[in-house]
This record gives sequence, structure tokens and C-alpha cells, in this order.
Amino acid sequence: MNDIIYVIFGINTLAAAIRITTPIALAAMGGAFSERSGIINIGLEGMILCGAFAAVLGSFYTGSPWLGVFLSLLLGGFIGALFACFTIKFKADHVVTGVGLNILALGATTYLMQVLWGCKGSSPNVKGLSEVSIPIIKDIPVIGKLLGTHSPLVYIMFLLVFAGWLLLFKTPLGLRIRITGEHPEAADTLGINIKGIQYFSVILSGCLAGLGGAYLSLGQLNWFSMNMSAGRGYMALAANIFGHWNPLGCLAASFLFSYTDALQMRLQSLNIGIAHELIQMLPYILTIIVLAGAVVRSRPPAALGEHYETNK
Amino acid sequence: MRVVELKNITKRFGNIVANDAIDLDINRGEIHCLLGENGAGKTTLMKIFFGLYSCDTGSIFLNGKDVEVHNPGEAIKLGIGMIHQHFMLVDRLTVAENIIAGQEPKKGIFINFARAKKDVEELSRRYGLKVNAERRIEYTSVGEQQRVEILKNLYRQADILILDEPTAVLTPQEVKDLFTVLRKLKKDGKTIIFITHKLKETMAISDRITVLRDGKKVGTVNTSATSPNELARMMVGREVVLRVYKKAGHPGQTIFQTQNLCATNKRSHLHLKAINIAIKRGEIVGIAGVEGNGQLELEEALMGLREIDRGKIIVNDRDITNYSTAKRRALGMAHIPSSRLKRGLIKSFDLEKNIILGSQWSSHFADKGILAQNRIKKYSREVIDNFDIRCSDSKEIISSLSGGNQQKVIIGRELSGDPQVIIAAQPTRGLDVGAIEYIHNLLLKMRDEGKAILLISAELDELKSLSDRIMVLYEGEMIAEGDTNRFTEEELGLLMAGHREGVLTDVGA
Repeated sequence: MNDIIYVIFGINTLAAAIRITTPIALAAMGGAFSERSGIINIGLEGMILCGAFAAVLGSFYTGSPWLGVFLSLLLGGFIGALFACFTIKFKADHVVTGVGLNILALGATTYLMQVLWGCKGSSPNVKGLSEVSIPIIKDIPVIGKLLGTHSPLVYIMFLLVFAGWLLLFKTPLGLRIRITGEHPEAADTLGINIKGIQYFSVILSGCLAGLGGAYLSLGQLNWFSMNMSAGRGYMALAANIFGHWNPLGCLAASFLFSYTDALQMRLQSLNIGIAHELIQMLPYILTIIVLAGAVVRSRPPAALGEHYETNK
Repeated sequence: MRVVELKNITKRFGNIVANDAIDLDINRGEIHCLLGENGAGKTTLMKIFFGLYSCDTGSIFLNGKDVEVHNPGEAIKLGIGMIHQHFMLVDRLTVAENIIAGQEPKKGIFINFARAKKDVEELSRRYGLKVNAERRIEYTSVGEQQRVEILKNLYRQADILILDEPTAVLTPQEVKDLFTVLRKLKKDGKTIIFITHKLKETMAISDRITVLRDGKKVGTVNTSATSPNELARMMVGREVVLRVYKKAGHPGQTIFQTQNLCATNKRSHLHLKAINIAIKRGEIVGIAGVEGNGQLELEEALMGLREIDRGKIIVNDRDITNYSTAKRRALGMAHIPSSRLKRGLIKSFDLEKNIILGSQWSSHFADKGILAQNRIKKYSREVIDNFDIRCSDSKEIISSLSGGNQQKVIIGRELSGDPQVIIAAQPTRGLDVGAIEYIHNLLLKMRDEGKAILLISAELDELKSLSDRIMVLYEGEMIAEGDTNRFTEEELGLLMAGHREGVLTDVGA
């Protein structure tokens, strides 16, 4: 019994949750930007996957994991631009385009992995990002163990979430993004460049999801494997809704999902007499319950998923 | 001194010519009304001026200079502001955020919210446009939203303000306040272009009037040198009887009543409170009130489209409270819904299908579950002829008809089956003078034939000229009731705004 309590409230579980949160929170915030501007982004999953792949590719060829991270931002942004082009310029259905993108990303990365490295399941090991310790924080009891030593991308994620919140709610650009997603016609009559705002938001969304992917491959494992994102993009989408399209909310929601995931993994190793399969269901059951409760109350941007035609 | 000159503006949408070589001159510092029926091209013309539409031919001169306006951003820079018929406000943002968006005061890279609030409050004081800068739009009244729209344009230092049908959503008192503000703006040197189809307002507020009809300019007149009758003739292109002729009523026995009807709209937190309405044969009872005070809920509750909490609805001594909508219709209740395209018609269906909508199972139109095309066609033809619906063919798609003709399709369908009780909600909203005249006369004819009619309307003129009795609905409650001639327009206006004091009321207990 003590074991169980230790696992539930233990620092190790929480620290693991922070690690699991990182890619989901980054992608969720990407989703928030995209959807705040009115573009539904189901393509987060594919963007994460491409980011993960690009990071390994970059590290493999240059030997520098940071250049890998940079490449993941670049490719994520590029995929975002592609997605934006289809949904904004050609007015394709957002959901269909997103799903298509996800399938494309899965196929393309798997294929390229075979072409480049000749292996089917996963890429060769590359140089990953080594963990860093924050000098003073790491010596504080509890908190030090929780936050003291992580991959640099974890800290970058925290900074980006806060910066994203500031951008969305405290700056002129953020106000314009929110107006575009709520009432594009109003934005138009205010002289706001709707398409520019949407391109910016969707490309930013791609960069953030790509960065989340880089963390998966270079921050945790140092290699790329087929379908590495494994549904995190969809988790991010859910976290974005549960977090009310707010970067801080996205982080909190991602953390909740990740915490149950971490808990599930640790409970399995305890052998507490409950079937593994049931314990594995935990995060999903919680996700369903939380979302069922939250979605009723949450209110998406009013013009989400619509195409606005300016100057008929 | 000319501040705006539009020359030879033409704009086509597909085959329709919305603006046909229109010239328009506006003097500095005047209030210029753009008058015309719905679909005359007023809004299109102004949207071209404001950069929302591009014109096919024509040019725009501002202060004598040839300018090109490609988008609203450029219009704003040129000092042009437009207050749209459907407000361009974001519900979830505050008043101040809505006003500053696009031209935000900054502190470093951030928005200076304190400064924004101060600026808004200053402007608000200067022009007497009372708003609460920090309240979210979703919690403000329609009148306040309009003030926000005006402030939004003043904040952008607009010299020329275009207002598109600004009075449609206001109570008579709010209209008065708006006119006071407009006169103040005029005194301040602003030029105002006022789009409307209401003659009375045009006469009250404007210096000059330009009338459009079917996309063409009919002429420009000085307000002091014209009359409502001349304007109506210019608008419609023929003589119009502005007042309908109503015979004295001969009401029979009561065939429709509600007893303590209560209903709740959970979303808007509006409660209908113990509504008692009784309508006799051959009588029109008008429900006055500003939109959003329970009209929609009442309409829905009566037709079985909204669950009721308590109370009874009785038609012909039969308690129909728990009857389905279909059963109510079968019993002789007809419904002209307030939202024409949401509840009244299926836009993408043709006339025939819309005309038999609701009766598609009846043996008149179907044999063993298969639609009888020939009979439907024949019946549709009859309805189209009887109700003077202008269309090319009974197979024409509803969305290609004008608003007036769409409304006639609904009315044709609803009134063809010899109904006993007619619930007519906003039956002439958004229609032109010609169509309004037709519908008013039709409703009076139905009344004289002995139908019981409930007329829910936001137009005081309409209520006064058609109703035998008027009830005033305010925040879900009937706060006044009486014979039509017992209320002055002023009193009705006050009642609609919720002022009960000092006004004659004889609400039944």
C-alpha cells in the first residue's frame, strides 16, 4: 500500500510526467495558436513526427544535436506552411487536410528512414541532447529533484509556454490572432491582415510541434523510430481544448495527461495485483472523463474551421 | 464643399447588377441618407467605398483626389469608418479591446491596457457615448454595442462615418439618443452617410437624401424640399399607400389562449413569466418589444418548438400544451417564423419542395410514400400565382429569390391551408416597402376572414397599424396590454425599454 502511495505522489513519477509533458505541451500550444486564428490543426501529429525525424537527420549529418533541433523547427515550420497553403489559400477542409498530412508524414518518414539508413524499425543512434542541471535549483530539496536536471528542451518548453501566453494575451499580434479566429469579418474591417495572421499562426504551430518532435527523438531516445509520435499529436489537440486554447492551460492539461501516463507505467512495475491491461487504460479513461466534462464548458474560437472570403 | 464623389460605380455579382453606374456626391459636414429598399444596392455601394468589395468600373474621389480603396485598412487610413448592420464585434473580448484592435497603444512590445481604457473613456465622454470599457461585449446590450462600434471608428479618427441601417436594432428611445450623437458628430465636423429604408428617420435626421432603386440611382434631393410620399415613390417606382386601410374589427369568440405560460431559455437565462394571451376570431394581437425580450421563446413555445415549464396553450377549447408541432399544425395553427432561412425555408431546395414542406406525407402530395411530382407542381403553381411570388419557375432554388419573395413562399405555404390561428413573427423584417404593403394587407384580409392572429414585431408602425390590441413584452414579462389606440408611440417606446412608471397599463392579473 505504501508503495502505491509513494508511486502516486512520488517525485520520480512527477519528474517523469514533466518529461512526458514536454512534447505534448509544445504541440498543444501550437494547436492553440493555429486554432485561435481559426484553423483547425489535426496535423499536429504529423508535424511532431516530421520534427522528430528532422532532428535525428540533422544530428546524424552534422553531429550537432542543436543543429538537429534547428532542422526540426525548420521542417515543422515548412509543414505548417504547407498546411496553411492548403487550408488558407486553397480553402481545403481543415480536418481532411490535417488527416492527409498525418498519413503523408508517417509514410514519408518511414520511407526516408529506409532510403537513408536502410533500416525499417528505427534509425541508428545519433548524438542526442545531454541533460543540464540548473545550478541553484538543483540543490533545493524536492524541487531540485523535480526540476533541477532535465533535457534543455524541457526548460525551453517552460519558457516558450510563458512567452506564448504573453504573445497571445498581452501583445497587439495576440489580440489580432484572437480576433481573426473569433470574427474574421471584424478583423477585416479593422484593416487586420487576416491571411498574414493565419499563416503566421499555423507556421508557428508547425514549429512548436516540430520542436516537440525533436524532444521525442533527441531529448529522450537519441534515435528515430517509425510512428514515433504515437498519438501525441491527438493528445495535444485534446490538451489544447481542455486548456481552453491558452498556452498555460495547454501546459496544465498536458501535464495532467502525462501524469496519469507516468503513473500507469510505474503502477505496472509494482505488481499490485491488477491486470496490466487495466492499468494501461488509466490515462485514456481519465482523458475521456476529463474531456467529456471539459468540452461541454469549453468554447472554441467562434470562426474555427471556417473559410473567410475577403473582397468578393 | 464636396468631400466624397463616387463616379460611375458598377458592381456585378454573377448575373445580378448590384450597382449600375451610380454617382454620389457627399458634402462635408452633412448627414446624407442613402435611401432604398432591400437589395437596392445601398450596402454594396458603401462596401465598395469602404474597400470591402472591389467595383467593376468607376472611381472614388476623396477631397477632390482620385483614390483607390483596396481594403478596409486603406479606407481607415483615409479617414473612412463604417458601422455595419451586423456588428463587427468579438463577443469574448472587452469593449476596449474591440475598440483598439488594429491600432493598439503600446508599451514596449505589449499592449498598454491602461492607456487603452483611458483613451476609450475619454472618447466616450467627449461624444456622450456611454460604454463600460472593461466589460466583455457578450454582456453588453445591443445599444451599447452600437456605441462601441461608433467609438471604434472615432478611435480610428474617421472623418466620414457610414452607418448601415443603424436603427434596426434600437428602441425608439435609443434611436433618439443615436440621433443626438449624430448631430453632435456633425457639429464636430464629421460627415455622416446614413443607410436606411425607413422614411421617417430619413426625414428626421438627414440634410440630403440619395435614393437608390434596383441598383440605380433615382436622384438626390434636399430633405427640406421633399416629402415622405415623394421619397416612397422614388424608392418603389410607383405610388405607395403608406398607411394601410384597416376596417373596424368584428372579433368573435376566443379561439386561442395561453394560461400562465412559463418557459426558460437556459442559454440566455431568459424566463417567460406567466404569459396570458387570448385572441378572438378576427382579431390581431400585437406583441411589442425590443428583440431578445422573449419573443423568440414565446414563438417557439407556442409552436411546440421549445419545452415549456408550466402553463397551458388552448386552441378551440382543446388543450394542446403537450401536442407535437406537427399535430398543432394539423389543428390549424400556421407559423411565419422570425428566422426565415433557419426555420421557414430550406435554402438549397426548390420552391416546390418548400411549398409542401410539412405536408409531404399528406395524400395530396404523396402516394404510398412516393412524392407525386405532378400534383406537387400543380399545387405549387397555384400558390405561386395566389401569392404573387416572383420566380422563373417552380423548380427555382429558394436561395436565388429575393427576401420578399422568400417570405411570400413561407406565407403562401402557411396560409394556403385555411389556418385558424396564425403566429406571425417579424413577418416583414428586412423586406422592401412593396412586399411589406402586400403582407400587411394580406394579414388584415386574414383577420377580416375570421382568423386569430398573433403578430410579434419589433416595428412600432407595423404594430400600430395592424393590431387591434397590443401587449408589451419586456424581459420575458407582459408589462402592458390594451387596445391599440390607447397607446401613443412614445408610451410604447418607453414600455419597450422597461419603463412602467407613469404609463397607462392594464395588465391582467
